[in-house]
Amino acid sequence: MFPKGTKRKFSDSREEPVAGGEDVNQSSLAAVRMLSSYSLQRQSLLDMSLIKLQLCHMLVEPNLCRSVLIANTVRQIQEEMTQDGTWQIMTQALSAANAAAQCSADRLVATEVLCRQTEAAQGEQVPKPFPVVGSEGCPAEEVLEEEEEAAAAEVGMTMSTVSPQAPTSYLPGTFGMDPCWEEEETGEDDDDDDEEEEEDSEECGSGSEGEERERDSLVEDTRTAEQVFGTFEIKNPAPSPDPALEELFSDVDASYYDLDTVLTGMQSVPKMGPYDLLESLSSHGPSPLSSSTSCRSDLNELDHIMEIIVGS
Amino acid sequence: FVGVGGGNDFQWCFSQVKGAIDEDVAEADIISTVEFNYSGELLATGDKGGRVVIFQREQESKNRPHSRGEYNVYSTFQSHEPEFDYLKSLEIEEKINKIRWLPQQNAAHSLLSTNDKTIKLWKISQRDKRAEGYNLKDEDGRLRDPFRITSLRVPVLLPMDRMVEASPRRIFANAHTYHINSISVNSDHETYLSADDLRVNLWHLEITDRSFNIVDIKPANMEELTEVITAAECHPHQCNVFVYSSSKGTIRLCDMRAAALCDRQSKFFEEPEDPSSRSFFSEIISSISDVKFSHSGRYMMTRDYLSVKVWDLNMENRPVETYQVHEYLRSKLCSLYENDCIFDKFECCWNGADSAIMTGSYNNFFRMFDRNTRRDVTLEASRENSKPRAILKARKVSTGGKRKKDEISVDSLDFNKKILHTAWHPKENVIAVAATNNLYIFQDKIN
Repeated sequence: MFPKGTKRKFSDSREEPVAGGEDVNQSSLAAVRMLSSYSLQRQSLLDMSLIKLQLCHMLVEPNLCRSVLIANTVRQIQEEMTQDGTWQIMTQALSAANAAAQCSADRLVATEVLCRQTEAAQGEQVPKPFPVVGSEGCPAEEVLEEEEEAAAAEVGMTMSTVSPQAPTSYLPGTFGMDPCWEEEETGEDDDDDDEEEEEDSEECGSGSEGEERERDSLVEDTRTAEQVFGTFEIKNPAPSPDPALEELFSDVDASYYDLDTVLTGMQSVPKMGPYDLLESLSSHGPSPLSSSTSCRSDLNELDHIMEIIVGS
Repeated sequence: FVGVGGGNDFQWCFSQVKGAIDEDVAEADIISTVEFNYSGELLATGDKGGRVVIFQREQESKNRPHSRGEYNVYSTFQSHEPEFDYLKSLEIEEKINKIRWLPQQNAAHSLLSTNDKTIKLWKISQRDKRAEGYNLKDEDGRLRDPFRITSLRVPVLLPMDRMVEASPRRIFANAHTYHINSISVNSDHETYLSADDLRVNLWHLEITDRSFNIVDIKPANMEELTEVITAAECHPHQCNVFVYSSSKGTIRLCDMRAAALCDRQSKFFEEPEDPSSRSFFSEIISSISDVKFSHSGRYMMTRDYLSVKVWDLNMENRPVETYQVHEYLRSKLCSLYENDCIFDKFECCWNGADSAIMTGSYNNFFRMFDRNTRRDVTLEASRENSKPRAILKARKVSTGGKRKKDEISVDSLDFNKKILHTAWHPKENVIAVAATNNLYIFQDKIN
């Protein structure tokens, strides 16, 4: 529903006339106030956009047009912020906050979503365009869970020992799929064969469950290994930002669709990784809805990257 | 056509409303497309549940001269079912995105209906007579013993209760990786085009196992994707010409004679941006949600978030007419971005004579613009104004500080009540307006 007058409208505040005008000092003060309110609104618009990109519909493929428009808006804001130097200030502040936040997991929820966006965005990129990459879309949460449960029944003991909480049961698995599928991807070509693949996959998909079973077993195999890997991750806190990684990001030009970079970013710098979130969830008891949402969206991201690789 | 005053001025009256009255609207019942056929005798609607409902206009009867032919249900069928893409673990919605009628070639009617991935050609035929008095079989269909037949008779046709049957004659599948947003039947009556976010395909109506890709804007590197196709349409008379619009507010006209792959447009329509009104939302609101050729084929109309523009096909650098649909929303763009309303895709349509255009808005309002008199009117599709032949009262949204009586303020608008789909009868002043799960039919007042 349309929010009624509680929020400050972006353009409304821009249209506010500068107060008074009698005194030069007063008018410049008002101008400064207006500018900072503009910056605040611009920032909130950026945050809103990033969240929109991240929270894609899980069951159905997200709307490509909407995603592209939001991504373009984000890029526009970033460009403007880079031009007036705000971008650098913000990312520096955030990385400092990030380092501090490692000690207190409570702040994970608020900073997590935005931090990870802006972290990667240091190199002028946003690792959130998975819905934008289009046909690949976002994987179905529910379906994933079903698959996990099915495989879980078989993997059985291993899963329950390693990850006692229900939410984690599909987490390491999805993460674990990455290395496995990545190998397949290197052989794979590009999008020319999209339509053909599409046709084949449609035929296969409708025809056989064999394919599904195959996939499940693949998941199964890697999962056991990744369960251990996952646990290992939790024990060791994430390292501080890798300057080499930042360098890697820096010469990428607004290419927030770069899956390789994103993937690399995910694996080597899992700063506020999903594991950390779960760690906080388990140790801090009932968590606010937003954290589980972002937790879920994180692992859906990972899963989504995997899906994209498979898809391409 | 859009006169509001009394006297001899033109006025719109309520005629019918179809659909449930419940406050609780089932998602599946939400109407997603509305389309009159070429004669206007049939009116088709598609909904989110994958169903198609076709209404037929009753013959005007001399007994009730005041009720011009009413539209009653002619056929209902399930066009598309939800599917599951196993490879991507995604659902394929059964929602009908578009319906387009084929020109009638025999007693049966045909239409194309599409969801995100698959286009289907449906044939709707009716039987209201049956033959009786066969020689070789009994009334109940059992074969008669030929030796028992002693005389021959000619079977006679007897009336029966009308039976309307819809059957899928063609299924055009697996040609779109992205979501189909448009289909358009070509003037040659043999081919049609279908467009998704990144590609446009050309089909032959008889051939389902292949289509020709005529536009492909997918970048080699998906990272570079910044623009998508939002709508496409065939020219009404020139079977080699079609247009497609983009999310950046541009329209490209292509000639299929020029090349097999029409990646280079013949004409490029774009209005230069007004630098004074630039904001972070400029691109989003410039995204074209619908493009429609005029019946004459000389103009085309585009709908973006706040306005409708009429373009002369001979002039590419700016539209010849611009109509503001709900300019009062310009200052609310941030909120509309937040609640996603800014991404709503409104359609637009011409009247038969190309002298008026219509499009929807929020709060169940819809707008009509008379191109000749430059008058416009805002009307509302609501149950309150649903008395038979009740004249629709013009509505007004107050923009300034003082709100006059009968005006509604911008903040009171219901953004969940959006009119995205409207259709105008090809020959008469009859319009169909889809308001969520209800279909309203309005007619001009008979003096």
